[in-house]
Amino acid sequence: MAAAIRIDALTKDYWVGFWRKRPYRALDTLSLEVQPGEVFGFLGPNGAGKTTTLKLLMQLIFPTSGQAEILGRPLGDVGARQRIGYLPENPSFYDYLTAEELLQYYARLFGYSGTDARRRTATLLDRVGIGAERRGQQLRKYSKGMVQRVGIAQALLNDPDVIFLDEPMSGLDPLGRRDVRALILELRDEGRTVFFSSHILADAEALCNRVAVVSGGRLAAEGRLSEILAFQARGWELVVADVRPEVLARLAPQIRRSTGIAAHRYALELPIESRPAAILSELVAAGATLVSLNPLRDTLEDFFVRRVAEMRDEAREGYGGNHRMSGAGAREGAQKDDEGHARD
Amino acid sequence: MRAISWIAVNVFKESVRDRVPYSLVLFAVLLMGASYLIGQLTAGQDVKIIKDLGLAAIAIFGLFIAIFIGIGLVSKEVERRSIYPLLAKPISRPQFIVGKYAGLVLTLAANVAVMTLALYAVLAYLTYTESPEFRDAWDAPGVDPQMLKAIVLIFVELMVVTAIALLFSTFSTPILAAALTFGLYVAGHFNTDLRNFDQVVESRPAVLLARAAYHVLPDLSAFDVKTEVVHGLPVTFGYIGTTLAYGLAYITALILTSVVIFSRRDFK
Ligand SMILES: Nc1ncnc2c1ncn2[C@@H]1O[C@H](COP(=O)(O)OP(=O)(O)OP(=O)(O)O)[C@@H](O)[C@H]1O
Ligand SMILES: [Mg+2]
Repeated sequence: MAAAIRIDALTKDYWVGFWRKRPYRALDTLSLEVQPGEVFGFLGPNGAGKTTTLKLLMQLIFPTSGQAEILGRPLGDVGARQRIGYLPENPSFYDYLTAEELLQYYARLFGYSGTDARRRTATLLDRVGIGAERRGQQLRKYSKGMVQRVGIAQALLNDPDVIFLDEPMSGLDPLGRRDVRALILELRDEGRTVFFSSHILADAEALCNRVAVVSGGRLAAEGRLSEILAFQARGWELVVADVRPEVLARLAPQIRRSTGIAAHRYALELPIESRPAAILSELVAAGATLVSLNPLRDTLEDFFVRRVAEMRDEAREGYGGNHRMSGAGAREGAQKDDEGHARD
Repeated sequence: MRAISWIAVNVFKESVRDRVPYSLVLFAVLLMGASYLIGQLTAGQDVKIIKDLGLAAIAIFGLFIAIFIGIGLVSKEVERRSIYPLLAKPISRPQFIVGKYAGLVLTLAANVAVMTLALYAVLAYLTYTESPEFRDAWDAPGVDPQMLKAIVLIFVELMVVTAIALLFSTFSTPILAAALTFGLYVAGHFNTDLRNFDQVVESRPAVLLARAAYHVLPDLSAFDVKTEVVHGLPVTFGYIGTTLAYGLAYITALILTSVVIFSRRDFK
């Protein structure tokens, strides 16, 4: 089957500076493929180039070089947009239209008849949880989160096959985030392709088949989250209460690090090869109470910090050119670093 | 075509709800009312004052509305980024520009229509209350359909100004676009002076430059037949036809240029 999204060496230079303009490379030869039906997470820290990529795909800006296809059609194919949905980052609409009028306007642009436009509008406002009593209100009176919901609704208006969401969770309260997660999973179950950007690893973990991590405009890693070694567990964090110090001293050889949180309450870091269950049962037998047990892994932030440093080193060593670090290269780098961590 | 008309309708809706054009029209109507009072004060209660002031009000307030909405509705869309979700819909950038322009012209037409009705209402009231011996001394009837000729030409002039505003707002900031449009409006009214530049200045390059400017700048004074209409002088349909054709050609050129610029630009 043809890829739903194919990005090929996409590069974007912005011209910055007031008097003497010079190019600033916001995106550097990015290549990616997303298969139909995938939920694809596009991760990266602030300024990584996520929004730039999405704007390139929507032809809001034009690439310096490289190309891309959506649903097998080149960018700029107006007809293909009939099957695409797009939520911009921090969307903004028209102050003087109501949510209903806005969606009906867009629906008419998609070619829906008046009746169908009203029906689609009602369905989608229901779906994103904008109540009937707010629909007739002008958008300038909406809160940020409500505007975000309207933005999500308009991205789904045309029953799209491919949906691009630029930070869909931004501006939403915890309930809203949960709703959007559920919505994305529904879209996946309906067989649609979802491409969303985020800088929150937990969102990606909850939703994605695959992710790409960009940093400084370059692809830093790509694959299943569980396969990107940097994100695999590198130990356990065991939090226990009612622990007597002499018990802790006895177990010390098996514990990498212990941190006192409060009286008789400790966070214990166990190496990955240890057996947390055994240690736990020993602790419990000595009168301790379990508070929590979690795998320890890099956060996206740790990963970014390390990759950015690595990429800077590579640039200094003069590799230049193509820095695609997916696959083996990225994994090796990650592994080396993991060992580094272990020695700390 | 369908997409274009929906964009136009949306422009109209948005500008109707935005209250600034309202207040401008209201002000123009008040001015026409005031001109009636001024007419009362002058000896002979000349209807010309009202016609003069009324047509001038339509032209000036129409200009402000044209610049205000022409620039507001396009650059605001770019600046507030509401254009992002819009251009992700199955519409092309040329369709966007043409739809916006059509909507602006629609808005302008509504505003000019309101001002025209107000002017005719004031004139009708004056004609009705005026004593017959004064009325017979007028150059032209009070409620004179000839005035529509002047208003149609003002309207086409405003369409040109709107197209200029649209062109500037495709690539510059709102304030700069407003200043440039206003500058071009003024230059357009003194355009005929450029043609006769050689009678005032010796320097050959300066004359050539003036000639070039004469051909590029719009000749807006051609749209001004207020004096003729007010004084009951003839304005032929031939003249109106030629001027309309000139205006429409100029508008087409402006829209095409806007489309070319707009189709290549990045939205940041
Ligand atoms: N219009 C612009 N002109 C100049 N530089 C720009 C422009 N837009 C973005 N950039 C730069 O390009 C880089 C990538 O920006 P982009 O908005 O794509 O980041 P992002 O990954 O979406 O970040 P965030 O998580 O903050 O949304 C940044 O360094 C940014 O400063
Ligand atoms: Mg972004």
